Amino acid sequence: MPRRFAVSAYATCLAGIAWREVLRFLHQRERFLAALVRPLVWLFIFAAGFRQVLGVSIIPPYQTYVLYEVFVTPGLVGMIQLFNAMQTSLSMVYDRETGVMRTLLLSPFPRGFLLLSKLTGGVVVSLLQVYVFLLIAYFWEIELPLVGYLTVLPALLLCGLMLGAIALFMSSVIKQLENFAGVMNFVIFPMFFASSALYPLWRIKEANPLLYEICRANPFTHAVELIRFAMYGQLEPTSLLIVLAFTAGFLAAAIYAYNPSKGMLARRGEAG
Amino acid sequence: MTPIVRPTTKVGPYALEIRGVSHRFGQILALDKVSLSVPRGAFVVLLGPNGAGKSTLFALITRLYDNTSGEIRILGQDVRRQPMAALRTLGVVFQSRSLDSDLTLEQNLLYHAALHGIGRRQAKALSAQVLAKVGLAERAGEKVRALSGGQARRVEIARALLHEPSCLLLDEATAGLDVASREDVLRMVRGLVSTQGVGVLWATHLVDEVRGDDCIVLLHKGRVLFSGPAPALLELTQTDSLRTAFLRLVDSSNGGKAHER
Repeated sequence: MPRRFAVSAYATCLAGIAWREVLRFLHQRERFLAALVRPLVWLFIFAAGFRQVLGVSIIPPYQTYVLYEVFVTPGLVGMIQLFNAMQTSLSMVYDRETGVMRTLLLSPFPRGFLLLSKLTGGVVVSLLQVYVFLLIAYFWEIELPLVGYLTVLPALLLCGLMLGAIALFMSSVIKQLENFAGVMNFVIFPMFFASSALYPLWRIKEANPLLYEICRANPFTHAVELIRFAMYGQLEPTSLLIVLAFTAGFLAAAIYAYNPSKGMLARRGEAG
Repeated sequence: MTPIVRPTTKVGPYALEIRGVSHRFGQILALDKVSLSVPRGAFVVLLGPNGAGKSTLFALITRLYDNTSGEIRILGQDVRRQPMAALRTLGVVFQSRSLDSDLTLEQNLLYHAALHGIGRRQAKALSAQVLAKVGLAERAGEKVRALSGGQARRVEIARALLHEPSCLLLDEATAGLDVASREDVLRMVRGLVSTQGVGVLWATHLVDEVRGDDCIVLLHKGRVLFSGPAPALLELTQTDSLRTAFLRLVDSSNGGKAHER
């Protein structure tokens, strides 16, 4: 038996891990429904209600005044990816509790590759959700430039990876499924609300300079801005760099945490 | 400690070889210089009461924990230095269930095949093969949650065999099964040894799973108290019952002397 795997074997492994993620997602119809209902409620109810209250000035990438629904759409796309990433984190904790995680960690492929494949699987699931959401939004008259549906894809991939890496790292810290409610309160909601998902940053700056700085430091803000610009065929370089840096940082931390000799699994005496 | 279980059926490296492995959880010494070996085509029983360190040893062999002292080799490949090569030849059945109960039997096996880089077409053929081997071919499309405990165990064994390993580890594989299912699983695994030449390390706390001609490694409080053929254990403890021999050695283990034959 050769010591190393061929590139095609790596591809098979990645596809297999992603396939399981998609399969699990499709089996859980209520999860699919919840993933769509959440942003749609924000779009149909929250955004419609706030349309008259929150005026949005002409800020890049928009070249004219836009409806609040249009402004909030990239934020809601980010929200889908954020919640999906946390779902991935939850499924990692679940896999660990049920023992399925051991099947993954026992694979002869390098552990970093396995974790990256797991992340990619999560991102594929989030892409399914995002494009179904954008399709529904299209019929709600939120139409992106046609090319935008394509140019947003790499941004979605990257943001999905970043949020997934954060979630993956968190899954190594969360000891039990019961602790997941705490993650919702202390990570997801602050990340979402202290960002440019719902309101432009200049408005936040006017209201509270400290909150503005917090929003700027929030990686989710940069994910949303990267998606927002990409939807209009543009690149926001600062956001790209920050998202890249956070992806690399949290991915390294997650791989470290799942390393049998150095990570938290070893310190806690858990075998996955 | 010199491994005493010699290769019997095939030449070449041991299916599994462990030399001087220790492991600590903080201040607690879970394993103390454990050595054992499993030849290819041999059935070796790792016998020990609960908390003896069997699962910790399995976690080290499978690299869920990192082994920092001693050496673990699977078919001659060092688990720490050549993890890819080592893990490719290893099949494992853990004490607790590790199947995805929301997926079908076949989907679980295909997932496992992908984790070993086996392409879809070949994986489908292999999964049909191993499911037939454990007598569950006709249930391939059913979800795992519909299976009984014994059937799920058989699927886990099928999964462990799918990538055609040379070494098979089973940690308390009959835990929670009724007597008939236990016999069934045990008979099946013993059959693999004779028909496929797989080296098996069977961890258990149940003395009645040991057969008169088995090789035994007796682990207690992280230390190997005895390793050798079952008759040698009877001779050493001057009894004619493995249960009595086991209890005598465990009781006297506070004296701390390990026995080898």
